[in-house]
Amino acid sequence: MWGIIRQRAACKGNHALNLEQGIRAIALRAFSSSAKQMTVRDALNSALDEEMSADPKVFIMGEEVGEYQGAYKISKGLLDKYGPDRVVDTPITEAGFAGIGVGAAYYGLRPVIEFMTFNFSMQAIDHIINSAAKSNYMSAGQISVPIVFRGPNGAAAGVGAQHSQCYAAWYGAIPGLKVLAPYSSEDARGLLKAAIRDPDPVVFLENELLYGESFPISDEVLDSSFSLPIGKAKIEREGKDVTITAFSKMVGYALQAADILAKEGINAEVINLRTIRPLDRSTINSSVRKTNRLVTVEEGFPQHGVGAEICATVVEDSFEYLDAPVERIAGADVPMPYAANLERMAVPQVEDIVRAAKRACYRSR
Amino acid sequence: MACSATTRIIHNPLAISSSRSAEKSDFSCKILSPSSFWGSASLGKKLLSVNKAISPISRRSATVVAVSDVVKEKKLKSSSSVSNLLITKEEGLVLYEDMVLGRAFEDMCAQMYYRGKMFGFVHLYNGQEAVSTGFIKLLKKEDCVVSTYRDHVHALSKGVPARQVMSELFGKTTGCCRGQGGSMHMFSKEHNVLGGFAFIGEGIPVATGAAFTSKYKREVLKEDCDEVTLAFFGDGTCNNGQFFECLNMAALWKLPIVFVVENNLWAIGMSHLRATSDPEIWKKGPAFGMPGVHVDGMDVLKVREVAIEAVGRARRGEGPTLVECETYRFRGHSLADPDELRDPAEKAHYATRDPITALKKYILENKLASEAELKAIEKKIDEVVEDSVEFADKSPVPARSQLLENVFADPRGFGIGPDGKYRCEDPKFTEGTAQV
Repeated sequence: MWGIIRQRAACKGNHALNLEQGIRAIALRAFSSSAKQMTVRDALNSALDEEMSADPKVFIMGEEVGEYQGAYKISKGLLDKYGPDRVVDTPITEAGFAGIGVGAAYYGLRPVIEFMTFNFSMQAIDHIINSAAKSNYMSAGQISVPIVFRGPNGAAAGVGAQHSQCYAAWYGAIPGLKVLAPYSSEDARGLLKAAIRDPDPVVFLENELLYGESFPISDEVLDSSFSLPIGKAKIEREGKDVTITAFSKMVGYALQAADILAKEGINAEVINLRTIRPLDRSTINSSVRKTNRLVTVEEGFPQHGVGAEICATVVEDSFEYLDAPVERIAGADVPMPYAANLERMAVPQVEDIVRAAKRACYRSR
Repeated sequence: MACSATTRIIHNPLAISSSRSAEKSDFSCKILSPSSFWGSASLGKKLLSVNKAISPISRRSATVVAVSDVVKEKKLKSSSSVSNLLITKEEGLVLYEDMVLGRAFEDMCAQMYYRGKMFGFVHLYNGQEAVSTGFIKLLKKEDCVVSTYRDHVHALSKGVPARQVMSELFGKTTGCCRGQGGSMHMFSKEHNVLGGFAFIGEGIPVATGAAFTSKYKREVLKEDCDEVTLAFFGDGTCNNGQFFECLNMAALWKLPIVFVVENNLWAIGMSHLRATSDPEIWKKGPAFGMPGVHVDGMDVLKVREVAIEAVGRARRGEGPTLVECETYRFRGHSLADPDELRDPAEKAHYATRDPITALKKYILENKLASEAELKAIEKKIDEVVEDSVEFADKSPVPARSQLLENVFADPRGFGIGPDGKYRCEDPKFTEGTAQV
């Protein structure tokens, strides 16, 4: 990734001033004038479009994916392009159509099953776990399940307790599943393409509030053969004082927090996990060995969360390198409240991350 | 809820042979008589006495007749020159052999279990062989079968070798799933047995998905595909939400699937009558727009007739069918089930309707084969089953390194190790360390 940016920058030539700084700092943001912008929604839509045109066995199934153009417009235009046989509107039967997707995957197709939100996946969780994740193992490799379950995950704005849960930790515990959580448009495109091409069941956790956000995107990402490796985290911002790990929307918050911390003299390293399962323990550990302090950020419930797993893995592998206890930022241990001010308190905010990073940095003084 | 007591057939969609094209309907209603539903009227009353709470339902004067009885009457009335035999000699011997294999295999499983060679949950199929044989022997290799935890005989009927099934049950590495699946998870890609599911109702959407794939292959991928899927499940499953969801979608999209209900009247210790508001499962088919058929599941020939039509419907693209087979399991729910709740008289009654004995009688009476030929088949099956036990005994248990294998089709799913490379690239990865 770095090498290619350098090449492109060298070719373009008009970013000489910001070149070194831009490359060392946040990757694409420093030289923005010639980079295109793409929303996460368009990134997902284009990834689906390209994968469907590349392989006729790929089809989309879910509620409102066809005529409604997608509940969040992710599958916009696909019905017109590929027809109702490949963009299938279903009745409201999560267990039924998730199971149908699994059966189709058993028998040779490559379904992309959309859940309107991952909260509804709880109605189909038996199929995601028991008939998709475990099948390759139970059949000793005979039946692989090349299926993708995708949809928005985590809190939106004011949607209440039953529509706001983050499922990264639950699905991240299951052997046989791969769990992805993209942040930017590049992540969204690359990881969704990788997920569709992957021969195993993938749970793809998007975020509703990120759908409309625009990110700069390079030409390489727009190429139809682009994909990102599953299981590799990305260091969004390099630093040396404290490591902040995050995924999905929290990466944006972590980057903002890092900017604030920079003004106070703390140089934070932000890791965008990208993949929850398999967790990129190697990147996390090398980063902690460099900075000696760790703050994990996630939106979901704190107990048995992603941060708990990261903390355990760092304590197991890099204990001697830690100069301060690991700080865990997670959503509040309550069902998501509805009132706007309470909701703001229940979800991590930038100030929380800043405070935690400061605690991690000052504790040993 | 009360069913009409008038004896009226609206349509018989399952007319066979010559009159096949004439009658197509979306609904079927049956004339119902107490003679064959749940055995006999007297038995029905006996069932009542065991389960006192449900008397209002069973006093319904509805009557049910298995389809082929009706058809046979019609045929007798029409022409007498057409042979009345439902099978040829070869077919008869194939059916007989398959049912005897199922029975002998399951009996051997029980023996092995009590000797400690098999363990965990084992659910035996004794008594229900007619359903498996009647349906699965009509399929091609590419057609799919999806079953529940009572899946040994479905796998055997579909063609999975007895050796592989027995090894799987013993937990050996030569089993059809290398010992990783077990009794309840029989998978075979070669024979298109798509499981083996422990959760009831779980297999129904999976089967519907396989049928969806058949249709997709035909319509989108433009392949020449008329593969049919059979979903087998029990009476208890018919109260589960996924069953209804799939009846709806299968009928909506006209998928090539047959939903086969093995109604053995008991879900562990829960009688079907105590658990179901309307115990006549076949009626749930027309509610979703597909034919619902009830058939005597203890008679392989009747099952086969119904199956021919249902599978034919699916192959022709006319959509799904719901077939309720009234059958009975001679043993308990599983080998761990003491089976105390079932009335011994009920069990004795169904033992007289053993499908294997019935087929044997039919073959001998109609002079399709001799006693000696049937005995030879039984002997051959005994040898096959014993050989499978020997094979399984001699087979090795899985190596320690097999623990981490087959979790993913793409083992990079295990992630990146501390040295920065993918874990699976390390040759020592699967050598028995669970330290992922």
